[in-house]
Amino acid sequence: MIVMGWFNIYAAVYNDEHGEIFDFTQRYGKQFIWIIATLVLAVFIMIIDSRFYLFFAWFIYAITMLLLILVLVLGKDINGARSWFEFGPISLQPSEFAKFGTALALASFLNNRSNDLSKLKVIAPAVGIILFPALLTSLQPDLGSTIVFFSFFLVLFREGMSPFIFVSGLLMVLLFFLTVLFNNVYLGIVLIAIAFLMVWLSTRKWKLLLTGLVTMLFIGGILYTLNYFVIKSLGNETILVITLLLSGVAYAYYFYTKKAITLFVIYLFLMGSVLYINSVDFAFNHVLKPHQKERIEIMLGFKTDTHGTGYNVNQSIISVGSGGFKGKGYLQGTQTKFKFVPAQSTDFIFCTVGEEWGFLGSLVVIGLYVFLLIRLIILAERQRSNFSRIYGYGVVSILFMHFFINIGMAIGLVPVIGIPLPFFSYGGSSLWGFTLLLFIFLRLDAGKTEYLA
Amino acid sequence: MKDAFVNRKYMVMGLIIIAAVALIIRLFIIQVVKDTYRLSADNNVLRYVTQYPARGLIYDRYGNLIVFNQAAYDLMVVPAQTAKLDTITFCNDLGISIEVFRERMKAAKIYSRRAPSVFLKQISMETYAKFQEKLFTYPGFYVQPRTLRKYSRPVAAHLLGYVSEVDEALVKKDPYYKTGDYIGKLGIEEAYEKDLRGRRGVKIFMVDVYSRLKGSYAKGEMDTVAEHGSDIISGLDLDLQEYGEKLMQNKTGSIVAIEPESGEILALVSSPNYDPGLLVGRVRSENFARLQSDTIYKPLFNRAFMASYPPGSTFKPINGLIGLQERVIVPSTEFGCSNGYHAGSITVKCHSHRSPLNLVEAIAISCNSYFCQTYRRILENPEYSSISEAFDKWKTYLNEFGFGKKLGSEFPNELNGVIPSSAYFDKLYHKGGWKALTVISMAIGQGEIGTTPLQMANMTAAIANRGYYYTPHIVKSIGSDHKIDPRFTVKHTISIDSINFESIIKGMEDAVNGGPGATARGAALDSIIICGKTGTAQNPHGDDHSVFIAFAPKDHPKIAIAVYVENSGFGATYAAPVASLMIEKYLRRRITNKPMEQRMLELNLIHKLTEPKIEKQRTYLEGD
Repeated sequence: MIVMGWFNIYAAVYNDEHGEIFDFTQRYGKQFIWIIATLVLAVFIMIIDSRFYLFFAWFIYAITMLLLILVLVLGKDINGARSWFEFGPISLQPSEFAKFGTALALASFLNNRSNDLSKLKVIAPAVGIILFPALLTSLQPDLGSTIVFFSFFLVLFREGMSPFIFVSGLLMVLLFFLTVLFNNVYLGIVLIAIAFLMVWLSTRKWKLLLTGLVTMLFIGGILYTLNYFVIKSLGNETILVITLLLSGVAYAYYFYTKKAITLFVIYLFLMGSVLYINSVDFAFNHVLKPHQKERIEIMLGFKTDTHGTGYNVNQSIISVGSGGFKGKGYLQGTQTKFKFVPAQSTDFIFCTVGEEWGFLGSLVVIGLYVFLLIRLIILAERQRSNFSRIYGYGVVSILFMHFFINIGMAIGLVPVIGIPLPFFSYGGSSLWGFTLLLFIFLRLDAGKTEYLA
Repeated sequence: MKDAFVNRKYMVMGLIIIAAVALIIRLFIIQVVKDTYRLSADNNVLRYVTQYPARGLIYDRYGNLIVFNQAAYDLMVVPAQTAKLDTITFCNDLGISIEVFRERMKAAKIYSRRAPSVFLKQISMETYAKFQEKLFTYPGFYVQPRTLRKYSRPVAAHLLGYVSEVDEALVKKDPYYKTGDYIGKLGIEEAYEKDLRGRRGVKIFMVDVYSRLKGSYAKGEMDTVAEHGSDIISGLDLDLQEYGEKLMQNKTGSIVAIEPESGEILALVSSPNYDPGLLVGRVRSENFARLQSDTIYKPLFNRAFMASYPPGSTFKPINGLIGLQERVIVPSTEFGCSNGYHAGSITVKCHSHRSPLNLVEAIAISCNSYFCQTYRRILENPEYSSISEAFDKWKTYLNEFGFGKKLGSEFPNELNGVIPSSAYFDKLYHKGGWKALTVISMAIGQGEIGTTPLQMANMTAAIANRGYYYTPHIVKSIGSDHKIDPRFTVKHTISIDSINFESIIKGMEDAVNGGPGATARGAALDSIIICGKTGTAQNPHGDDHSVFIAFAPKDHPKIAIAVYVENSGFGATYAAPVASLMIEKYLRRRITNKPMEQRMLELNLIHKLTEPKIEKQRTYLEGD
């Protein structure tokens, strides 16, 4: 715990020094005030009885949710998003506080129900606790925070949620990107091929496999010919979907008589995936806003627009890349010093590390984060109360999401999603948010000997 | 309490480690494996600012400065840094209108709000001095020095050429040049561009994302210093050049003076001309357009080597020389003349003079008949199997003198001139369908022959040298090591024995200094023996052109000169006095015959250019 505290301060000081270089004194000064305030806050957190957090978890959650709702009405528009309150010179971002509020609420809710996560009546409210702030932040819109709230699913997973849901979620994300990358007819065909491969693996019956395949090809062929000569208006995707549906009808008899549950599940999976990729394709082309679409496309390498949306990423990668193995030296980064990277004190803070400290420096920073995260997991696991452990995992999930997405976007690994790097980025709200997150957990850890649950 | 899912902590840890490894792999690739990002970062931050070298200076043969550099100032603006200013005072200080101000400001803003761009080009020293005091009150404006050409005297525009900004087509073709660079055009500036331009230097600065300078890169260790262009010492005599231009004022024509022993051009006048200072700085393009659109006086047209005339009687010495060398005549050969040359239906008129004449007398008096008969003997020489062969042999001599081809001076736009070959006449009259009489007009330098003043001056130099010449050139030495193109030090020897030149030179001496009947007595000087020959270049569009070629002194000649005064009639009338004045000016640096000088200076023939052109039909050939 002392190590963690030391690490936190170290990280904060580290930030401090950087703030001085690439920012004018005003920002540096502000950040300094935030840091002082943060220390005071940390002390307060440590003083308050650890039971306070358990008892007031719902209350805090309610307040932060209220703030999220209020910001939609009273907030100030910054860069097209209404996510900030402004009180004179100080701006507050309620979504930062909503994160620890949600973590508390989730921990409180699951405190006594942690082993029942396979039951729908437990899962549904838990998911609701997570999705409610996610929905509110997406209304601002603040995609970054929305995605961070989704990281709480990691907590649910740890607490016993079926890996099936987790894996399907990951699969959906994978399929989403594949859909954007490839033509969905080909993707559909590949999925069908995988399905048949799975059928063969589970049954090892060649005859069955061939019959199924011929049935499907037959139906598909007729449909294709029909469309080619008579209907002429169906797209290839539509033909594929209809073929699958009709084949399903044909297979239904076999499934029913032979009670072939596995095959039926495979079929449902296939059907679901194909429908999913088609709806993703539709959503991508018709629902997503152009700038969101573009960000995804740039990340996937379709576009190399180096002056429009891709400018930030491009300059960011150049900054990090130009750092080389040892970096250009402290204060010697030409990219960052001369402001080629926008938002480099907030979302693109990692550029400074990459450019001035090089690969070695980056390695150290990533290493420190991994160390912090693993350490937090270990601390969480040794908690005696479910509440503390679940809250600990909440902290881990949030920090991990921030850490991965922030660094990932700075080096072009994930799309540009504006979220700060914990303890590094400039910004009082995020610093406070992370401090609250972390110190409440440290307080809980310190109080683990006390009677809690 | 027991937790059924405790092992899932390893999966969460695993996920974290996988994500971290993914980040590290990506970092390794972009930071360690690839170095393109470092280059991109350098491209972002480094700005190469060209250091313009001072262009080389041009001197005359005595070390007088002809062309030098003056400082000019480009007013630069960074729109984003400008503050509110008093537009009217600002414009008054610069001498521009408010419309111009708005237009320039708009253009600068369109170019870039944060990077500097030229607001006003080439502000004069005077304006700058005044403006500089107030410059600090106009934030966002600063001044960048550049150099412009300046001329010690408003002369020799055709020879010197001018300097302008390089055009885009060349920027694409020649990697040396960049937009905004200066390049020499025409004359010495173009011919010696590579020597004069020097070597550009570069200063490397670092800039921020808004292109604002942030100090020099690597403490200036990578910078290169601009190297001053080489100075050029020309063979020109600036005083002589100026005097020649004065003499040719209000006249059309040209003067070319060459130092025979070196081929160096001493003066090259083409009139009408213009002040080279007109083509400097901001006013250049405007003035250039004006000069170019002047189709009556054609001031940009360099008559000295871009105009081709029939040489007229100035060609007679050459035909005499060829006759001697081909042994069809000897100096004592006499031919009769009865007011002209009559053969069959052909008559070549001549003026009244005593008859018969020998070669020396024929040159001095410029007898048409004598050279018609000489020319006939050259072409009907029994040594050759046909007239074609004899004609081509004659042509060979002319080519040796530098006729019918570019001489190869520094000026690439020299004209070839015309010397026809036998094939030309074979085609015109069918093979065997022409004889000496058909082409007899060439005996007296008329007909199909075209020569430039430069070629005539070169011929004169070759006669003065008794049989050789050096390619005429303008530059004496370049830079500190005095190198000069080797083609200008090659002696061109003409295959005519030097002994044969003596009688021709005697004839030319007598033409100026001889007794009654000598054609150019007006050109004679008291103490210098000038050898000359008058001529009349036929002009189908108006009055004939007066031509005179001469060299002096007779022994060890120092100057060979060809003078053309257009539309002024006989060579003796105007061209000879001009040549005489030029020779005296060069050799003595002063003029003794003041009345003649006065007469030539006041002579105004320029109005003839604007007179309606008459197409004249000639029924016979005539000499002087």
